[in-house]
Amino acid sequence: MKIMVAIKRVVDYAVKIRIKSDKTGVETTNVKMSMNPFCEIALEEALRMKESGVASEVIAVSMGPTQCVDTLRTGLAMGADRAIHVDAPSTLYPLTVAKLLKALVQVEKPGLLILGKQAIDDDCNQTGQMVAGLLNWPQGTFASKVVVDKEKKAATVDREVDGGLETLCLDLPAVITTDLRLNQPRYATLPNIMKAKSKPIKKMSLAELNVDLRSDLEVVQVTAPPVRKAGVILSSVDELVDKLKNEAHVI
Amino acid sequence: MMMLMMQRLSRSKSVADALSKTIRHRSAFFSTSMLFDDTQIQFKESVAQFAQEHIAPHASKIDATNNFPKEVNLWKLMGDFNLHGITAPEEYGGLGLGYVYHCLAMEEISRASGSVGLSFGAHSNLCINQLVRNGTAAQKEKYLPKLISGEHVGALAMSEPNAGSDVVGMKCKADRVDGGYVLNGNKMWCTNGPIAQTLVVYAKTDIASRSKGITAFIIEKGMPGFSTAQKLDKLGMRGSDTCELVFENCFVPNENVLGEEGKGVYVMMSGLDIERLVLSAGPVGIMQACLDVVLPYIRQREQFGRSIGEFQLMEGKIADMYTSLQSSRSYMYSVARQCDNGILIPKDCAGVILFAAERATQVALQAIQCLGGNGYVNEYPTGRLLRDAKLYEIGAGTSEIRRMIIGRELFNEK
Repeated sequence: MKIMVAIKRVVDYAVKIRIKSDKTGVETTNVKMSMNPFCEIALEEALRMKESGVASEVIAVSMGPTQCVDTLRTGLAMGADRAIHVDAPSTLYPLTVAKLLKALVQVEKPGLLILGKQAIDDDCNQTGQMVAGLLNWPQGTFASKVVVDKEKKAATVDREVDGGLETLCLDLPAVITTDLRLNQPRYATLPNIMKAKSKPIKKMSLAELNVDLRSDLEVVQVTAPPVRKAGVILSSVDELVDKLKNEAHVI
Repeated sequence: MMMLMMQRLSRSKSVADALSKTIRHRSAFFSTSMLFDDTQIQFKESVAQFAQEHIAPHASKIDATNNFPKEVNLWKLMGDFNLHGITAPEEYGGLGLGYVYHCLAMEEISRASGSVGLSFGAHSNLCINQLVRNGTAAQKEKYLPKLISGEHVGALAMSEPNAGSDVVGMKCKADRVDGGYVLNGNKMWCTNGPIAQTLVVYAKTDIASRSKGITAFIIEKGMPGFSTAQKLDKLGMRGSDTCELVFENCFVPNENVLGEEGKGVYVMMSGLDIERLVLSAGPVGIMQACLDVVLPYIRQREQFGRSIGEFQLMEGKIADMYTSLQSSRSYMYSVARQCDNGILIPKDCAGVILFAAERATQVALQAIQCLGGNGYVNEYPTGRLLRDAKLYEIGAGTSEIRRMIIGRELFNEK
């Protein structure tokens, strides 16, 4: 069984986010970019499945500008067998990504598609659900434990839901999205970093996958949250009443 | 940085909690993209993560106790992470890479602990790399796998009680006998000496001639007549064990000659050039460690109602510290790259460690100053960073010898 893992390149979680001066988005020039932490967990789970003999091959896929190749290379260094990079503009919305993933699934025919539950940049938490819908595959989202039964072609997924754990049994092929407690991702070992240099990264275009970029969404403006003003300590109740009346105009 | 990350992830508390555990493993983002390709950046980050997780937590205790930790075997851990044989061929368990990679590893290990870095440098470069460069197939087969796995520790000895900077004036002698040599004499300041199983030792096979009479030998722990004197009590680099080696009629068989008889000076001098290059990553790592301590401190510490990092005198300090680090780093990796291309220039190998080592001592002094009273207290790592940094102005040839090498080479060039 092949496993496909979707990987997103995001601003590193340790970086302070700055908004572009024209308010069109988040500044990414000269900013450290890394693999989305939830995608690391997704990849780790796929690698463990391969190591336990459940899967035969792990394919990492990413979509976006050329720099996504760096992130895929990290995935290859962690242990993915090969990678596919779909060359696309940097702003892709979940539905487009889901359509692209569906197209890739139809090319590669994996038995399992694993994604992070969300990306730490836009926090959409939509792509996994959308691609499951488009493929008409069963989905196990927010997985905190996954057990695949190779013989029965099924996966048992523990999901973190409000108030506890929900256990689902999915027929494969299926879509799984990973929660934080599923596993602790490995870091790339030095020999694997060197080996990753020679692993193949296939480049595909939007035209090849026949996916239209047009979106029903338009980002109007991106702004930073307002800075909270420091409070003041007042000396008397009278002063407080006065300020509430004449400054805040609330009484 | 931690605070900012927390703010950003506060929507999802569990994410913040889990990620904060690994935050210290992520290096601060310094513009090094001009120096490295993607694979090198990834290599550096991977070693950084390993070193911060497995070495840095022990650094303070290693310094205080003057010993490597008892509860874990750092040599084996580094071996399992494939750090010892970076420049050794893959057939012996190495990675088959060059000096840029060796410097990257040395920098990140030294950043986590100066003394572990020094011991790592002596083991992986002075011993392993000398065997790789000069050993016969049989010698490599015999010694490299265990050194590379971390099962054995390696060392190299050239200095003597009365032959430091004037190393060619060494007195340790090797007399030819049937089937080998008999060594007599003492070696001083041997890094890893007390714990090493495999040592590269230089001795005079012809005491009358100066440089022409030197031969390199591979010495094994337990050879009759070979012993180590007590471990030295050093100012810094504590835990990186140093001692005197004593040879009293120690028989060394012919097959343990490294290189050829009388050609030891070539083994030694070319080895010293590479040693200076690789060890210069030590002070670079220590300078990075200084900034790792200072930058969060000056952001957090407030005086007169604002962060001390907003004061111009403090801005000036950190700017100087940063440029010292980055210029040393750039010089080092450009020399390393040249070395990987097969061009070994002694004045640059001496130059890079001369510059980096002197800068590191100054940067560590400034780190103490930035922390004020706290910097002078041993609860903070700045004192250790200073004591560790100072070694690099002395070991692998003093700053004075380095200047002599550079000056001579420049003068003698047409």
